[in-house]
Amino acid sequence: MSKVSMTVNGRTMTGDVEDRTLLVHFLRDTLGLTGTHVGCDTSQCGACVVHVDGKAVKSCTMLAAQASGSSVTTIEGLAKGQELHPVQAAFKEHHGLQCGYCTPGMIMTAVDMIGRHGASLDEETVREELDGNICRCTGYHNIVAAILSAAKSSGSQAEQPIAAE
Amino acid sequence: MYETSYQRPSSIDEAIKLLGDGEGEAKLLSGGMTLIPTMKQRLAMPSVLIDLRHISDLKGISVDGSKIRIGGATTHAEIARHDGIKAAAPSFAYLAGLIGDPAVRHMGTIGGSVANFDPAADYPAALLAIGATIHTNTRELSADEFFLGMFETALEENEIVTAVSFEAPQAGGWEKFRNPASRYAMCAVFVAKRTDGSVGVGVTGAGNNGAFRWTEAESALSGSFDGSALDGLTVDEGAMMSDIHGTSAYRANLTKVVAKRALAKAK
Ligand SMILES: Cc1cc2nc3c(=O)[nH]c(=O)nc-3n(C[C@H](O)[C@H](O)[C@H](O)COP(=O)(O)OP(=O)(O)OC[C@H]3O[C@@H](n4cnc5c(N)ncnc54)[C@H](O)[C@@H]3O)c2cc1C
Repeated sequence: MSKVSMTVNGRTMTGDVEDRTLLVHFLRDTLGLTGTHVGCDTSQCGACVVHVDGKAVKSCTMLAAQASGSSVTTIEGLAKGQELHPVQAAFKEHHGLQCGYCTPGMIMTAVDMIGRHGASLDEETVREELDGNICRCTGYHNIVAAILSAAKSSGSQAEQPIAAE
Repeated sequence: MYETSYQRPSSIDEAIKLLGDGEGEAKLLSGGMTLIPTMKQRLAMPSVLIDLRHISDLKGISVDGSKIRIGGATTHAEIARHDGIKAAAPSFAYLAGLIGDPAVRHMGTIGGSVANFDPAADYPAALLAIGATIHTNTRELSADEFFLGMFETALEENEIVTAVSFEAPQAGGWEKFRNPASRYAMCAVFVAKRTDGSVGVGVTGAGNNGAFRWTEAESALSGSFDGSALDGLTVDEGAMMSDIHGTSAYRANLTKVVAKRALAKAK
């Protein structure tokens, strides 16, 4: 067992976990943040994407111990109270989801992508960078539309820091 | 995943000591993008994990003219967006930016990739073609000496890949023919016109014993660095991988096609 301590959505969180505990299980089971999902066992589906120190990572392929000392943002950390994050609002507006299972990971990946590319993001890049996020319902069309729309209205230039961090 | 214990050293020496104390049961953990999935499948059960991500001597990139050195714990994403590498060896930065997906690139490292030597890993093809050097805590090895065969390298038990260095080629080209599901290479080729005028051709994903140099193509291209120089060549089917995604005959043909595409892109 080890003591892990990290900032999660702006608050310091600590816990005693087995060293083999995955970050996603620490978030879901210890902290009760069940917005982050587990969709596969092969690190391919991206339902578990969160941001660690400002970068999108697969929380099912990182130990909680590896993230100790870091700053983590999950899907729960994006909205400001009742006000959705612009990327969440764009997914709603463009109907970028059906069953919703992949949506938290899609949105965390999208926020990271828009943070790196800003308003210059184009469709080809969005599709290429969604490589690690699998959606079995939508055929991606509306997800891509939502991300492009959010990127355009972000008005930002490339390499802007991610809003929530 | 089986039980394990996590260690976070801050120096190479400390990591080596922890490896020694582990008596063969400890494993280095770099980006974890190969090791953690393997542990989740219970295909590996290291008693100790030694995290390399907090050792500053293993990190960072230096570019001095055409000389490039990349620390072992440098991530694929850092390589892909490094301005110095993009300027000196654009095809190498391009290769790093096509590994896995953005989340994999944020964690996965070049040291982990070369140490693991997966038969479809991307960097080994480029390092063989460019004639790179692999640095460890005890020695320096050429890529030819380092990569021995599928999942097999010259690394000894308590040895750490500390860096990779190479001279940027005059021209380099990378073409990756991806499996549409896994996005790993079914065949990917790096072509390099080295500064001494010789040519290197590294192929990954296709061979039945890991990435290899296609030496016949290297000789053919040393006269003219153009795809047409490969027209008369064939790749030995017997040395190709065969699986549900493609037969060895298919991969042998693919190697030539992909090599030509890499040449067409070379700059
Ligand atoms: C979804 C997905 C897609 C991927 N797609 C691709 C792809 O298209 N192309 C590709 O090339 N790779 C791909 N990978 C693999 C990825 O590039 C890994 O990051 C890489 O192979 C291993 O690097 P790592 O830093 O994650 O190593 P780890 O997983 O931490 O370690 C791998 C092995 O190397 C050892 N090791 C690690 N660092 C060192 C060191 N410095 N010295 C000695 N031994 C060390 C470890 O003990 C372990 O045995 C993919 C991975 C995933 C999960």
